[in-house]
Amino acid sequence: MKILVAVKRVIDYNVQIRVKEDGSGIVTDNVKMSTNPPDDNAIEEAVKIKESGKATEVVAISVGEEKAQETVRKALAVGADRGILVKAEGTVEPLAVSKILQKIVEKEKPDLVFMGKQAIDDDCNQTGQMLAALLNWPQATFASKIEVKEKSLEVTREIDEGLETIEVNVPAIVTCDLRLNEPRYASLPNIMKAKKKPIEQINASDLGIDTKPRIDQIKVEEPPKRKAGIKVASVEELVQKLKNEAKVI
Amino acid sequence: MSILLIAEHNNKEVKPFTLNAISAASQISEDLNVLVLGSNSDTVAKSISECPNVKKVIHINNELYENYLAENYSSAIIKLSKSYSHIICSANTFGKNLMPRIAALLDVSQVSDITKVVSEDTFIRPIYAGNAFATVKSNDKIKCVTIRPTSFDPAPSSGGSAEIQNGEPGDSTELSKFIKKEEIKSDRPELGTARVVVSGGRGMQSGENFKLITAVADKLNAAIGASRAAVDAGYITNDHQVGQTGKVVVPDLYIAVGISGAIQHLAGMKESKVIVAINKDGEAPIFSVADYGLEADLFDALPKFLEELNKLNTIQK
Repeated sequence: MKILVAVKRVIDYNVQIRVKEDGSGIVTDNVKMSTNPPDDNAIEEAVKIKESGKATEVVAISVGEEKAQETVRKALAVGADRGILVKAEGTVEPLAVSKILQKIVEKEKPDLVFMGKQAIDDDCNQTGQMLAALLNWPQATFASKIEVKEKSLEVTREIDEGLETIEVNVPAIVTCDLRLNEPRYASLPNIMKAKKKPIEQINASDLGIDTKPRIDQIKVEEPPKRKAGIKVASVEELVQKLKNEAKVI
Repeated sequence: MSILLIAEHNNKEVKPFTLNAISAASQISEDLNVLVLGSNSDTVAKSISECPNVKKVIHINNELYENYLAENYSSAIIKLSKSYSHIICSANTFGKNLMPRIAALLDVSQVSDITKVVSEDTFIRPIYAGNAFATVKSNDKIKCVTIRPTSFDPAPSSGGSAEIQNGEPGDSTELSKFIKKEEIKSDRPELGTARVVVSGGRGMQSGENFKLITAVADKLNAAIGASRAAVDAGYITNDHQVGQTGKVVVPDLYIAVGISGAIQHLAGMKESKVIVAINKDGEAPIFSVADYGLEADLFDALPKFLEELNKLNTIQK
């Protein structure tokens, strides 16, 4: 079994983002970038399945600018066997990413495609489901447990009401939730080894995919600032304020 | 312009977020049709037909839809989609799972999780977990939009009498199969929708000490949250995590206890109506977003807080 894992390079989750003064977007120059957190869960799960002997190869793929290579390299350092970078400049909407992934899936013929449930930059939560639609494959989103069976997966999904278990035929798309596993850290020897693993580079345009955004981003604004609050001197005062001033208890 | 809104239900009752989505959809167009895909789901169709904002209910009653599977749902929706300018549902796990599958089949770039309708094609949506808001314009012929339920008040659910029309089922796919659902049977409200959330951070020092949080949460009928630091330290499971990589919550009252206020945590709770911070470090960043800050040792403050709550004659539920 072969597993393709899609990873996205995003602003690190510990960075306080800043909106550009002209409202055209978010400042990304000289900002620390990392792998989208649930994509780390996706890589971890694929590597674990390989380690259990149920998969033979894990391929990491990213779509983005040249620097997204670092994100692919990080996936190689935690156990992916080889990488693919599909180069595209600027904003690539989930629809375009899923069309690119579709092309790669047709070429690589993986049995499973894993990725995080959502990217923490655009918060779209679309790519996995869109790819599943384009390929006419089943989808298991928000996975918190994956059991690999003969020709299917049993996946436990995190839903509003609790947990849901579904069985999906292979080939399938799985989008991973944070509870799925604990992503490992790359050891120094593995980081060194990852430098020797191959990363194939492809241009999105060579795949025949138009990555020009369909949606116009008119402006980006900071959220309204909260007005400064007060410090209370005692628990008694706090409870009185909540009861009589804020009227929330 | 006309809207097809996909209802979420359990074949007996309409899920509440459907009403929030109806309210948002009504701001786009009055020509609002609601699709009920279900099995033995007459009561659901009937109940939605009583929403005054709904013009027509399309009810597709077939055993295919006994359980919700996006693969089956999307086939039926695609067949209906051509007559509509917008397809809408709520941006909870139901709609997040479903809408992109529809959008991709229609070759539409979806607009996710909107918090405001500007016009029929322009919407405001949070990005970076609400640290910024983007105004976006959809240029696709059919617009696929999901609605952040907590940003829109629920639409009225009685007084109307919309026509109920029966529809044809879509194709059956054998791609996936429902096995079981384990609903969390808890008297405690769900973290994402609770009116009050009490959260603990690294300052709790142990999982055992979360019982102090639990006691206050019981009293206030609150959900229990946690910072990523508390989850990483193993004090509590990560389904309680509030923040950019956990849940985004917007309760009426958020009480942060022993939480310093890392950026990624603030991203998940700073839209709450009233924020209380209890922390012994007066310089903690959490105080910069708190309406009421109490600089105190939480191990003294929490028992005292519970004691004071017990003295109140009434507590809102």
